[in-house]
Amino acid sequence: MSSLIQVKNVTKKYGGLTANNDISFDVGEHEILSVIGPNGAGKSTLFKMISSFTPTTSGEVLYRGERISNLKPHIVARKGVVRTFQETTIFKSMTVRESVVVAQHLRAKASLAGYFWGSRTAQDDVAAFGKYADELLEFLGMSEIANELASNLPQGNLRALGIAIGLATAPKVLLLDEPFAGMNHDETMNMVNLVRSVRDERGVTIMLVEHDMPAVMSISDRIVVLNFGEKIAEGTPSEIQNNENVIEAYLGSADDEIGM
Amino acid sequence: MGFSSKQMMGLGVFLFAIFVGVPLLIGATGRWDFYFTLTSVALLAIASAGVWLTFYIGRINIGQGAFALIGAYVSAILVVKAGWSFWLSLPAAGLFAALVAVLIGLPILRLRGVYFAMITLVLTQVVTLTALALPITNGAKGISNIPLPSGLSLFGIPLIPDFGSMENTKLAFYLTACILMVVTYAALYRLVNSRLGHLCRSMQQNEELASSIGVNIAYIRIVIFAISSFFGGLGGAMFGSIAQSVYPSSFQVADSVNFMLNCFLGGLGYVFGPMLGTLVLYFGWDLLFEFGKYQMLIYSTLLILIIRFLPNGLLSIRFSKGDKS
Repeated sequence: MSSLIQVKNVTKKYGGLTANNDISFDVGEHEILSVIGPNGAGKSTLFKMISSFTPTTSGEVLYRGERISNLKPHIVARKGVVRTFQETTIFKSMTVRESVVVAQHLRAKASLAGYFWGSRTAQDDVAAFGKYADELLEFLGMSEIANELASNLPQGNLRALGIAIGLATAPKVLLLDEPFAGMNHDETMNMVNLVRSVRDERGVTIMLVEHDMPAVMSISDRIVVLNFGEKIAEGTPSEIQNNENVIEAYLGSADDEIGM
Repeated sequence: MGFSSKQMMGLGVFLFAIFVGVPLLIGATGRWDFYFTLTSVALLAIASAGVWLTFYIGRINIGQGAFALIGAYVSAILVVKAGWSFWLSLPAAGLFAALVAVLIGLPILRLRGVYFAMITLVLTQVVTLTALALPITNGAKGISNIPLPSGLSLFGIPLIPDFGSMENTKLAFYLTACILMVVTYAALYRLVNSRLGHLCRSMQQNEELASSIGVNIAYIRIVIFAISSFFGGLGGAMFGSIAQSVYPSSFQVADSVNFMLNCFLGGLGYVFGPMLGTLVLYFGWDLLFEFGKYQMLIYSTLLILIIRFLPNGLLSIRFSKGDKS
């Protein structure tokens, strides 16, 4: 398995506070890698740096050997590394289908002026966007809610919409921000299957930040554990479950996030 | 592009009304002063269309007066000092306003909400003061001897007659302004319904998510602000030509505020909202003239009530029924 993303000695400081300290790991092609850790461990910050939503203080993130940290988010997205957000970040007055159509921005072949004048290429694009949107929503099992306004959707569907928007960009790597948060067991299992099929059938490499331990253990090929901004462990789910540093970090943090 | 027959008919009636109906009506009643009023409405509606477009990317623009003033001066200077044809100076005025918008927009378009609004509010004053200070704009004396637009011909074929030799320049200006307005709103409608419009909507609703799907939000913001200011420059240039003069006070902060109110009043969700808003606001103010010193009081109370009870603008009255079903 060749490594697609390399996180190299990444550090993030906010004033005197170190959110991430000298973090390094690789993500292999077609891998599902989870980043876990207690609250405040620096997981979200790491995600923001990988997607260039915030610059690194030092260190860099490489995608196929090319630096993607400290750029603009849209440039990183253009290269094929796309993040999703938690459920409140949606296009709330668009329908599901409209959101998925607009999210195919990167697949457009015609120029903006071409769309204005209605050029041949632009018309082809519009037809292709619609077709791909229908196909994608079918794949995600969302065809029935295609014409619902995003603001009217229940929480579980919003999460799926976020993933649909991310997938519409045809990414190579998808970064999922807490895809299972607030879901019951059945919903979580559905989402686990969905994420797995995104990897298996669409060939998308997946990185996710998550709290839900059973879900993380069942879905991940490998896991990176952060605590107080430091990487304390990395390995397969069974290696992580037996890692002393990890057990200490979770039991020591006095919350029940491990939930196993 | 699919227009329903109902939309086509509405468009037909509208075009007939402004190009045939109004001139007939004015001819019959002899109220020639209405030409000037309606011409003003058409031109203000063009500038308001620009403000509406900046609303469309989620920015409150209270600076359109600045770009109208820039457009008016650029056209006046090109016609009076450089001897250009007015018809050439018109797009030049729009383009110059757009260029200024790009330069100003680069730093200020990062701001959101009230911060952006406050900076734009200052712009009109800045342009006014600049016009007072620069030698080329003639300071407080302004430029007051602008000739009427000359004729325009292409390869010997006359396209536009010479306004100077016309008996009825009021009608000519009215028709010109209406044509400009129709073209502006057609372009705006097309833009909003093309991919650029869809990207604007995505940015208006969530800039972070928009940039995560690969939208270069900084670039789109600049493009939209430039187009918006182009409309402002166009409207301003035409105004200057009709008044045959431009002064630093031709467009003031109050005008900038009115451009914004036109959009609110008509409805931010409807492309043709600013056009209706401009018409209602302009006539509304005039109709309240009879109330003398209470004019402003009644006017502002009405505005507050409208914004309170019709937050989506006047056009929402027509569409709200359909939405709820």
